[in-house]
Amino acid sequence: MRNIRHIVKKEFTQLRRNKQMLQIIIVLPLIQLLILVNATTFELKDVTMIVSDLDKSATSGRLVERFTASGYFIITGSTESAEHAAKGIDSSKAKMILIIPNGFERDIYGKLSPDVQLIINAEDGSAAGLIQSYASAIIMDFNQSIVRKIMRIPEPEINQGIEIRDRYWYNEELDYKFYMAPGILAILVTIIGLFLASMSIVREKEIGTIEQLNVTPIRKHEFIIGKLLPFWIIGLAELAFGLIIIKLLYDVPFEGSILLLFGMAALYLIVVLTIGLLISTTSETQQQSMFIAWFIMVIFLLMSGLFTPIDSMPGWAQVLAVLNPIAHFVEILRRILLKGAGPSEVQAQFFILLAYAVVTTFLSTWRYRKVSG
Amino acid sequence: MNNDNTNMNTNMNTTNSLGYDKAIVSENLTKKFGRFTAVDTISFSVDKGEIFGFLGANGAGKTTAMRMLTGLLLPTSGRASVAGFDVFTQTEEIKRNIGYMSQKFSLYEDLTIGENIDFYGGIYGLGRSELKTKTSEMIEKFSLGDAGRKLIKDLPLGWKQMLAFSVAMIHNPQIVFLDEPTGGVDPITRRRFWDLIYEASSQGKTIFVTTHYMDEAEYCGRVSIMVDGLIEAMGRPNDLKLQYGCDSMNDVFVKLARPE
Ligand SMILES: Nc1ncnc2c1ncn2[C@@H]1O[C@H](COP(=O)(O)OP(=O)(O)OP(=O)(O)O)[C@@H](O)[C@H]1O
Ligand SMILES: [Mg+2]
Repeated sequence: MRNIRHIVKKEFTQLRRNKQMLQIIIVLPLIQLLILVNATTFELKDVTMIVSDLDKSATSGRLVERFTASGYFIITGSTESAEHAAKGIDSSKAKMILIIPNGFERDIYGKLSPDVQLIINAEDGSAAGLIQSYASAIIMDFNQSIVRKIMRIPEPEINQGIEIRDRYWYNEELDYKFYMAPGILAILVTIIGLFLASMSIVREKEIGTIEQLNVTPIRKHEFIIGKLLPFWIIGLAELAFGLIIIKLLYDVPFEGSILLLFGMAALYLIVVLTIGLLISTTSETQQQSMFIAWFIMVIFLLMSGLFTPIDSMPGWAQVLAVLNPIAHFVEILRRILLKGAGPSEVQAQFFILLAYAVVTTFLSTWRYRKVSG
Repeated sequence: MNNDNTNMNTNMNTTNSLGYDKAIVSENLTKKFGRFTAVDTISFSVDKGEIFGFLGANGAGKTTAMRMLTGLLLPTSGRASVAGFDVFTQTEEIKRNIGYMSQKFSLYEDLTIGENIDFYGGIYGLGRSELKTKTSEMIEKFSLGDAGRKLIKDLPLGWKQMLAFSVAMIHNPQIVFLDEPTGGVDPITRRRFWDLIYEASSQGKTIFVTTHYMDEAEYCGRVSIMVDGLIEAMGRPNDLKLQYGCDSMNDVFVKLARPE
């Protein structure tokens, strides 16, 4: 235990003297959250849509109204033929087709669930994903109001908890920045953790001090914990810093428990740091380890669902996305921050990350050797 | 110095090579990197309190041999023990009993001497007050004065090396491995460095040192000369000079290492 303290102290002293590293730690989150959140945010406005209302009832009319009233969609045509509608998309007259089936009103009041069909032009994957989530939001919202009506629950008496949760997630007030900010926050924590950890051991290899350390009677786990603990603390501090920034800049709602959020981040950081450590122990130079870290980072990012919805990826990529820890962390952040998810709602992600942490911790400790072959 | 019989073969056969009476015993120790044999069946033993010079040209295999003896590198074959512990199975026990100054600089350049002592000394289990006295002792011993508060990288190389040596000895080990401790150091500081080595030796510590300076070879009790992974000659400097008919260790070295 005392040895861990000695290493942590030494790491922090070295970090304090490393002006460039300090700058990165402080400036990176600012830049990322300022620029990336805005750059990756596309305002959804005036999305063209063709309506194919086969029901022509009062209820279907109200659903269509919801779309126009949202301000995000404008109707550029209506048709009763599906073929016609499809042509509209092909000729780029519309980005989306809404098809309300015959019997919609009857079914919905008959407590059946009629299928409303959305056809979205997916040439631009991210936009399509966004359109889809907005449109489903409107439909879901509409659906809820019908349910309320059937159950005769007056609006204000509806369970407040659920109402608030849904407000930011799926409704017309949804600000895309709210959706992006937690994602960028996840990237930030990952980058800092991955890079600090992937530099840690290879740096000592390059300057030669690793030999001196390996010749001391220090225990392997003491060394690893001592090395990673400072980065773990920095990662969590970075998260706190980032949370303050997104609150101040974008007024992102913090619906859920911040404690739960940090608990999950603590686990996630173990995954990130041990992956970094694994990179560091397998590399011979800082350049090499930097390159591998970048490579992994880019793959993780592209497959995180942050820029392209996972649903629109090919099957094999979707499978890989399940293996992508950053995707789970993004999901956790969004759920807790925006939806106010409690422990049970992030349970699945928790267990995936836990399994990940066990594997990566095992691999990196196994790979680090005080005696080389 | 030590008047030990230098005939290795009889020595190896008559005593248990893994006994505790010798500081270091090596028997056919070999290291291969793939097909390349960096250290080739080297056999020797070093007595307690001896200063043993480990000579050889660049790439002869000195560092590789030393890394095997310090428990940093697993040998391919052969046997060796350091402080009575086996280099294959008891590397952590070896580490508790030796000091090592690697060929690469081993102090943290971005820390002060005090912080380096706190770190390395702390890992060897020295207490807070002990660390404090060690630091002030060292600052006094090397008359560092205000330089004691400077970062290591701002100190001259000679000082750095002497400090690295002292830090390698911080836990009072009985056997010390020094890999080219005086490389690039000026002659006056080299002299002072060897004073430190003699001081340690007079306290009964065993010194295993590599160097490229042949004047330093003369300061050793015994030396071995390694050529392409093999130990070509071993003995007291004066005996070797007689044996090869040379005036200086320099000539002996050139004769062996460049046999044309
Ligand atoms: N990990 C390794 N993998 C492959 N070859 C290695 C490795 N370590 C050392 N070698 C090779 O083994 C040989 C001996 O190297 P070593 O560092 O032991 O020499 P040395 O006697 O210490 O030389 P110098 O005086 O330059 O320090 C060299 O040819 C070197 O390239
Ligand atoms: Mg060497």
